[in-house]
Amino acid sequence: MLAGYPLLSLSIWVPIIAGVLVLATGSDRNAPLARWIALLGAILGFAVTLPLYTRFDPLSASMQFTELARWIPAFNIHYHLGVDGIAMPFVLLNSFTTVLVVIAGWQVIQNKTAQYMASFLIMSGLINGVFAAMDAVLFYVFFEAMLIPMFLVIGIWGGPNRVYAAVKFFLYTLMGSLLMLVAFIYLYFQSGGSFEILDYQRLPIGMTAQILIFIAFFLSFAVKVPMWPVHTWLPDAHVEAPTGGSVVLAAITLKIGAYGFLRFNLPIAPDASHYLSGFIITISLIAVVYISFVALAQSDMKKLIAYSSIAHMGFVTLGFFMFNTLGMEGGLVQMISHGFISAAMFLCVGVMYDRLHSRQIGDYGGLAKKMPIFAAFFMLFAMSNAGLPGTSGFIGEFMVILSAIKVNFWYAFLAATTLITGAAYTLWMYKRVVFGNITNPHVEDMQDIGPREFSFMAVLALAVLAMGVYPKPITDVMHTSVNNLLAHVAQSKLP
Amino acid sequence: MNFALTDLMPLLPEIFLLAAVSFILIFDLFLSDEHRYITYILSLSALLGCGWLTFSGATGETIYAMHGMFVSDMLADVLKLVVYFSVAVTMVYSREYIRVRGMFQGEFFVLMLFATLGMMVMISASHFLTLYMGLELLSLSLYALVALQRDSAVAAEAAMKYFVLGALASGMLLYGMSMLYGATGTLEIAKIAAVLQQGLGSNTVLVFGLVFVVAGLAFKLGVAPFHMWIPDVYQGAPTAVTLFIGTASKIAALGFVLRILAQGLQSLSPDWQSMLVIMAVLSMAVGNITAIAQTNFKRMLAYSTISHMGFLLLGLLAADINGYTSAMFYMISYVFMGLGSFGMILLLSRKGFEADKLDDLKGLNQRSPWFAFMLLLIMFSLAGIPPTIGFYAKLSVLQAVIHAGYTWLAVVAVIFSLIGAFYYLRVVKLMYFDKPHDMTPIAPQGDMRVLMSANGLGMLALGILPQPLMALCAYAIGKSL
Repeated sequence: MLAGYPLLSLSIWVPIIAGVLVLATGSDRNAPLARWIALLGAILGFAVTLPLYTRFDPLSASMQFTELARWIPAFNIHYHLGVDGIAMPFVLLNSFTTVLVVIAGWQVIQNKTAQYMASFLIMSGLINGVFAAMDAVLFYVFFEAMLIPMFLVIGIWGGPNRVYAAVKFFLYTLMGSLLMLVAFIYLYFQSGGSFEILDYQRLPIGMTAQILIFIAFFLSFAVKVPMWPVHTWLPDAHVEAPTGGSVVLAAITLKIGAYGFLRFNLPIAPDASHYLSGFIITISLIAVVYISFVALAQSDMKKLIAYSSIAHMGFVTLGFFMFNTLGMEGGLVQMISHGFISAAMFLCVGVMYDRLHSRQIGDYGGLAKKMPIFAAFFMLFAMSNAGLPGTSGFIGEFMVILSAIKVNFWYAFLAATTLITGAAYTLWMYKRVVFGNITNPHVEDMQDIGPREFSFMAVLALAVLAMGVYPKPITDVMHTSVNNLLAHVAQSKLP
Repeated sequence: MNFALTDLMPLLPEIFLLAAVSFILIFDLFLSDEHRYITYILSLSALLGCGWLTFSGATGETIYAMHGMFVSDMLADVLKLVVYFSVAVTMVYSREYIRVRGMFQGEFFVLMLFATLGMMVMISASHFLTLYMGLELLSLSLYALVALQRDSAVAAEAAMKYFVLGALASGMLLYGMSMLYGATGTLEIAKIAAVLQQGLGSNTVLVFGLVFVVAGLAFKLGVAPFHMWIPDVYQGAPTAVTLFIGTASKIAALGFVLRILAQGLQSLSPDWQSMLVIMAVLSMAVGNITAIAQTNFKRMLAYSTISHMGFLLLGLLAADINGYTSAMFYMISYVFMGLGSFGMILLLSRKGFEADKLDDLKGLNQRSPWFAFMLLLIMFSLAGIPPTIGFYAKLSVLQAVIHAGYTWLAVVAVIFSLIGAFYYLRVVKLMYFDKPHDMTPIAPQGDMRVLMSANGLGMLALGILPQPLMALCAYAIGKSL
């Protein structure tokens, strides 16, 4: 019945149209209407992505649900959509996260509610476009356009230093992507006038050109992931962004960087990828080891989680450049799991911030006495962030460490230090915030979470646990595509 | 000398405009101030008439008239239509602004129409003398327009500066043209091209002349290092006139450059390409870096223009059909953005208040979310962020320059456009992240409201569907060059 529907187009345009409708409600007098339209739009947007999973053929490595239309014939640019097992889970994750963000901002955002909700809905559609685009220019358009709503979200609803953070976020990301644009145009001429990503993947390219192309893509995606040493925008952006912004940043936009490695760097420049893998592995390990220590020293909870995100994303890139199935799938599982966990962690901080208006660890203490339900959820997410077996955080890290040990013992050794440092910074923060005696009198007045907050916490808790116990439904859909990609990367593309 | 009336058919739009503007000039003398709007309506009608004549005369064929002095081809027709459009939009945007400032007089409209006539002659010139005549008609009208606000010292200074530097540039251009004449023995563009094609003509004299011609063109386009007049004139002139200089006359300058470089001196392209490379890099550097330091919105936009003209040169220096097409597309896109950005200053200004400081944009999102959104679209378009038209303009010149083998230049260009993004973002920051210090309601006239909304949304609409405009540019260039 659904076969005839352009599912990917729907997953892109339903949220965007909903966002425009929300904007049309106008000023804050109509805020309740804006909220309900936003929620409806987000749920509808998520609903249209569900068939992508149920109707997905996990045995095929080719692009599915493809849509192709001429868009700009002058440059042979097409509106070409399609997803494989690598991209498809992220479309779902993104649409799912949007629902959470709308609920999380329900009461908190009282200023320009319509613009807030619309920004997230439009961003959600654009991000789906990033994952579904099969045409380089189309990809670029979504990739850049997505920055505009995020820039506004951080700048309008953010904290005291929001302007600095928003501009830094925008310019850092733009810096990388402009070089990617030059690489696209170069490939356009090399391939004889095509902007199809799949054509680029088949195109033989010389080593020097491959390395330059790799670097152009690398700068673009490394900033997005973010990898050490271009990570400095993330803590700033996270700290200043409102809760919803942090959630989307951590759960989704970071994944776009890692996805870019799989879609562009590895298949378009496989020889350069092998040649430069030592470099990538090194900076990934620096992210895992060094950034974990940086996280340990933070006194601001959001900053701590931001640094922990960088460390976790280091695992993802490490896994990708092991060039084996386990590592790559481990990286992908880690991405999805981190999508849930970082969203949950930021939502937890958001819940506390809404009550006390502080993100400083030192301002809390003894929360367990006042907010027992919240403390329980927070415990689960903190454990998962530390990589406790039985939660989703464990699976990805474990797979990556296993794959690394096959390549080089010391890679695995260094990566495994995260099991100690990750537990240290997360649980130490948890201890200082939740246990101990109440020292701040304002903590006495804090209320436990209400039904609205309970609902998104419970959904995320289920997701984290389900994925930790039984990750097969996720690895199954990506298995064929990952193997296909690895087989492609193993072949030299030198002419 | 045989002469038939039908020889004049290609000049019909020019003849019509000359007749119309002469009529308006005289008719306006008999109007009292409260009936001045009739002049306004007549001027718009004259443009509409020109538009219809040009549109219905556009056959796609290249017709020479007046013994090779004048050419009517697809390139001219398309550029002229864009000129009419932007002049008409300028008039609508300016109406309220000049009314409250006592400039709502016949002179304003008559000078604008004469300038328009000059542009049309420039665009359709196929002879150096015709080119020069059109250029001077445009320039003299512009000098007068800049000085139109007689009691403003800044405007008088700007006009003076513009006049002196403009005269110098015209002199250089003429000198270069005379050199070319000496080397080739003709002033007719097509014949010069033919002579050069055969490899005739003295090379030293040619290159010498070429340097002067390119310098003159660079002044008219406003690219570094011949950009000095732009910031002062843009800031000093009444904003309505800045809008005019910043949009319609740019189209004429493009037509002028294409006629000389692409049609006349194509065979010398290896010589002028390297000059354009230097000017392009300098313009992008000077424009984008200096714009960061500005506090005046008009001045910031002036520097932004310089950087955009640098990008335009990227298309031109590719020196092939693809490159010229991309330059034309870039220029037309830029004109839409220029109309929107300067138009917004007019929209926000009111009696006794010029909204030309960057700080005047503070908190615009709270004062008027709709127009803040329009300016946001225009700013992102100027910065070249998709999904706006500015992105495709950048894409098309970048692909032209990479196709021509200058990949390093494309990298330099994107680095400067990253620097440029900063000051466009600052405008968005002021509108969206800051609190307003002035809550005067913004209530533009109905036609202005509609047109400005169309202008802003046009950035988005053309950004989502850029194909028709691209195809039009490719068709015009392909048919004419």
